[in-house]
Amino acid sequence: MSGSRFLPVVTIVALIMIAWYVAAYFMNAPFQRDLNTRGKVEVTQSQFIAQTMAQPKPTMPAPHQVAQTLWKSVFGVKPTSKRSLVYHSAVTLSSTLLGFAMGTLLGVVIAISIVYVPVLEKSFLPWIIASQMIPMLAVAPMIIVILASINVTGLLPKALISTYLSFFPVAVGMVKGLRSPDAMHLDLMHTYNSSKAQTFWKLRVPASVPFFFTSIKVAVAASLVGAIVGELPTGAVAGIGSRLLAGSYYSQTIDIWAALIAGSVIAVMLVSAVGLLQSATARLMGARP
Amino acid sequence: MSATSNQSGFVTTALIALASLVAMTWVIFQLGAPGSGVMPVALLSWLAACWLNIRLSAVTIVDPRLSRLRDLLVAAIFGIFILFLWEVVVAVYKIPFILLPPPSAIGARIMASLPILAADFNQTVLKAVLFGFCVGSFAGFTVAVLADRYGFLARGLLPIGNMVSALPIIGIAPIMVIWFGFDWHSKAAVVIVMTFFPMLVNTLAGLGASSQMERDLMRTYASNHWQTLFRLRLPAAMPFVFNALKINSTLALIGAIVAEFFGTPIVGMGFRISTEVGRMNLDMVWAEIAVAALAGSLFYGLLALLERTTTFWHPSYRK
Repeated sequence: MSGSRFLPVVTIVALIMIAWYVAAYFMNAPFQRDLNTRGKVEVTQSQFIAQTMAQPKPTMPAPHQVAQTLWKSVFGVKPTSKRSLVYHSAVTLSSTLLGFAMGTLLGVVIAISIVYVPVLEKSFLPWIIASQMIPMLAVAPMIIVILASINVTGLLPKALISTYLSFFPVAVGMVKGLRSPDAMHLDLMHTYNSSKAQTFWKLRVPASVPFFFTSIKVAVAASLVGAIVGELPTGAVAGIGSRLLAGSYYSQTIDIWAALIAGSVIAVMLVSAVGLLQSATARLMGARP
Repeated sequence: MSATSNQSGFVTTALIALASLVAMTWVIFQLGAPGSGVMPVALLSWLAACWLNIRLSAVTIVDPRLSRLRDLLVAAIFGIFILFLWEVVVAVYKIPFILLPPPSAIGARIMASLPILAADFNQTVLKAVLFGFCVGSFAGFTVAVLADRYGFLARGLLPIGNMVSALPIIGIAPIMVIWFGFDWHSKAAVVIVMTFFPMLVNTLAGLGASSQMERDLMRTYASNHWQTLFRLRLPAAMPFVFNALKINSTLALIGAIVAEFFGTPIVGMGFRISTEVGRMNLDMVWAEIAVAALAGSLFYGLLALLERTTTFWHPSYRK
């Protein structure tokens, strides 16, 4: 399975890289041509290509420029320094994880109460769905400012935004998951004279595990986006989001790209961590590979 | 259950509903100078409404249309009482306006600034969101159909698309602002990138949804790739495509609003939210939120309606 995917994926990644370099040339060329005519500099075509790939504030930084900045700000400086991307990633990661944990807990609690209290499904569930129509990311600055005005600052406001974004997929997925055992299985538990709690722990919870992991994969990605956007209005103090904002203020395009890549690396790490947890749980529960 | 007990149950329910309504009205008239009795009465009327909801959802209704109406009513009662309690709590506990403006103030603000809201809606939703949503979804769909034709492409794109869907794509907003300027084009570009990958991944999954048996049948009809695609596999993929469209409708709205935080002309919902937060005009911010929520719900509802008419054959709509 993975063998048949390797070649296509590598080919597509290579194509993206080539397209990136070509785009970098064409998007940076007009500015460089202006610069050379104004400075009356005569260059050969190959020198010109090299120039488009080495601008300090390019419209489109070339991949190797981004890689250099990334390398410098990850390994070149101390991890506790404000110029280190490790430091900013850690700030973002901590609020992501806190918000994700709170959101998952909230989502599971909501799902259990919806499954066991029928009136909640009819009255509460539509409003949970409606609550997601509020573009929380757009409101993030307000939440941060409001919470700051009552002296709640630091990690918690950002984490609350992540919580809001991540509880919904978990709640919906877990309602589906806890309901997934079919009537036959529920009847079987009934013939065993099992109590509500026993049915819950021995049938509903194990049946909901695949749904749980699918929804927390979505939730963890949403938490990260929430944490990054939550960092935008804090006046660019720390975190991936503040790096993006600072980069956009000073047109430091290479920095923006480096921060983006760092954010993407965090996202991939989080989602793969959930994937590992999922396969480990499946093995513990006796799934055969 | 006998008819008489059913009737008496109905009478009690109606009485309680009426009492709750009267208590609610009394509380609303008291809000100008809330005394000590207001909060308990409000809570009581809320409890009565909860009980009403429980009664309503316990009734079994055979007619599916009446049953849908009942579900709507239950949700509406719940929602109205949330707004009611919000209003009462803000008035009784004198919560500062900056923390949480009461719903009545937000409603008044919406009425007072309709032209501004309409201009922001036009800039953000009608230009950036709609354009980006259409182009991004269509591009994702087209690439998926082409990738499906050439299996090599599909095998390469699927894992990459899955990975990209988990990335914080919203972060490209500052880059797009640098490339396409402050106006709505840069926001539309963000929306295009955000909506492209969910559509790609879902359509690819949907094109594999038809069973081997059905495809074999198409082969016995001697149909070629495109005939099989249009007659069998695309219709079978429609539920997946609509799923992507629904995901994209929320993503597009959020993407456009957040992209406006990175630079915009002096109009637009994201611009309004970020500046009015700075000026502490929280009622204006809430008004924009209400507009965004309404627009998002309408967008989603329209897509759901379209899905119902297009994929009426799907098992999830059978009764």
